[in-house]
Amino acid sequence: MIFKFTEENIKRIETARKKYPTALAAVMDTIYIAQEQNGFISNEVMEEIASVLGIDKVNVLSVVTFYTMYHTKPMGKYHVQVCTNVSCMLRGAYEIWDGVKDKLGLDHMKVSPDGKYSLEEVECMGACGYAPMIAVNEDYFENLNKEKVFEILDSLK
Amino acid sequence: MERIVLPQIENFNQIEVYLANGGFESAKKTFAKTPDQIVDEVKKSGLRGRGGAAFSAGLKWSFMPKTTDKPKYLCINGDESEPGSFKDRQIFEDNPFQLIEGAIITCYAIGAKVAYLYIRGEYNKWIKLMQKAVDEAYARGFVGEKMKETFGIDFSCDLFIHKGAGAYICGEESSLMNSIEGLRGYPRVKPPFPAQRGLWGCPTTINNVETITNVPAIMKNGWEWFSKIGAPKHPGTILFGVSGHVNKPGVYELPSGVLLTDLIFNVAGGVRGNKRIKCVIPGGSSMPPLRGDQLEGVRMDAESLKEVGSAIGTGGVMVMDEDTNLLKVLIRIAHFYHHESCGQCTPCREGTGWMEKTLRRIDEGNGTSADLDLLISVANNIEGNTICALGDAAAWPVKFMIARFRDEFEKYVNKNISIPVPNKVHSMRGTAIPLTEIQK
Ligand SMILES: Cc1cc2nc3c(=O)[nH]c(=O)nc-3n(C[C@H](O)[C@H](O)[C@H](O)COP(=O)(O)O)c2cc1C
Ligand code: SF4
Ligand code: FES
Repeated sequence: MIFKFTEENIKRIETARKKYPTALAAVMDTIYIAQEQNGFISNEVMEEIASVLGIDKVNVLSVVTFYTMYHTKPMGKYHVQVCTNVSCMLRGAYEIWDGVKDKLGLDHMKVSPDGKYSLEEVECMGACGYAPMIAVNEDYFENLNKEKVFEILDSLK
Repeated sequence: MERIVLPQIENFNQIEVYLANGGFESAKKTFAKTPDQIVDEVKKSGLRGRGGAAFSAGLKWSFMPKTTDKPKYLCINGDESEPGSFKDRQIFEDNPFQLIEGAIITCYAIGAKVAYLYIRGEYNKWIKLMQKAVDEAYARGFVGEKMKETFGIDFSCDLFIHKGAGAYICGEESSLMNSIEGLRGYPRVKPPFPAQRGLWGCPTTINNVETITNVPAIMKNGWEWFSKIGAPKHPGTILFGVSGHVNKPGVYELPSGVLLTDLIFNVAGGVRGNKRIKCVIPGGSSMPPLRGDQLEGVRMDAESLKEVGSAIGTGGVMVMDEDTNLLKVLIRIAHFYHHESCGQCTPCREGTGWMEKTLRRIDEGNGTSADLDLLISVANNIEGNTICALGDAAAWPVKFMIARFRDEFEKYVNKNISIPVPNKVHSMRGTAIPLTEIQK
């Protein structure tokens, strides 16, 4: 399947490009824009990124595979992230993690068959003082317990 | 106590309020000075980096070459991924304009025309807040070409936000530069240091968000004022992020050198359920942990913590009560560093894996006392033998946790040892009243 950036996104990429003296430096911003448009970064998407920035596809590939926030496979409509690092763990993160795994019937980096949920055990999210926390897509939910987490999950349509 | 980095002024994150309270006046005043003067004053203020290593900010700036035909850069480090650290986001949220003002003053001082503010990708909300503030500062002529007019100077600089994408290692300064350049976040071998060869091979200074946010206040009130706040060798205030088993976790700005026990018992509301403290990690998960019975009299500044065998790090204080299973904590820490190792150096790549595996074996009930020694020896082999400090960051918690809590770890490897009263040795007071008072 051929992937093309929308005109609006091409403009956003041009804006990002202006921040840097080299085109390569705009690759991270461009991958984010592509992920927003396509949901994940496929081979075709990488080709388009490379051609829009005028860089080698291998450069795109090496960056996409290094950072955990870029996905090479489709994730769920709601990407649920549970932090289990120390500060969260001390305040019950593993109960939440086990509870969420159970409730969604998913494991780390798995997607539900209907594509609604995906699940990820994440490292410290910088919310340690408001632990435990989860994030759904880009939104943080803090000061939680298992019940509150279930309420949040139930509210996702 | 006056707050420097997070002043208690309502809506300080709105540009009108910031300006009404003297915002950008400090920059105006500072631009009348020469860059050398500014570097000298920051040096004399004693400001030390808040990103982990507590290196003198002014000294770092002075390493920037004065004569060069290459462009110079400033990188502001807001990667904030060290477990236990959550303070920079408070600056993004509550005081973005002072960070921006600090950035333009620093650019002027080191001669940089461009500053990149690197923010971790997960902080999407805070990136948006910061971008809005930067856009406003541009619109009002505090950043960019219009600076010349606004401040009546022959200098201008740009400030761009670079969004990370989930890699702890990108907080390491050379990895951060590779990440900005659009490469994998692999740390670079040093030397050359960033001031010689940084971003795109050009002279570069990297400072933490909190470090830069202190700069306008120092320029406004003078280096002498700043140097008299808190601990003389590490002056100023520090944003302490307290987490774990305390009643009131959160970010607190206090003068450096505050007593750790004050921070925990008075400021952060003491320990949940009035339990005793078994362990405190004082500066983010890479820093050597302290025993509960080691806390009395410990002050929170770089020098004092060094004396008791730990470090200030990012000021992220993690408090663990008497019921905490330290083996589980250490496994989680070891897993983190194993996961985040970039894999360039063999001791780090292999060692972090070995440590995690050995700890898990102990947790499964198959460990021996010799495994504890093995762990310490693996940690010693990583420490100092790697390209970047992630190796040390991975080694320290393992080495010091086991050494300082050997009695507890012996219990995990030897089922026959039972400690009937858990943590008797580690027991500390559970109240705000100092131990000496209780014993009287
Ligand atoms: C693995 C690793 C991760 C780091 N993460 C951060 C970080 O998230 N934020 C930060 O400011 N410094 C971080 N540092 C420290 C930086 O390398 C650098 O020393 C610091 O940004 C310099 O700023 P300062 O002098 O103002 O403290 C990290 C260092 C290492 C080794
Ligand atoms: S010490 Fe670890 S993280 Fe740092 S460069 Fe070496 S392998 Fe990478
Ligand atoms: S440990 Fe969970 S947010 Fe820091």
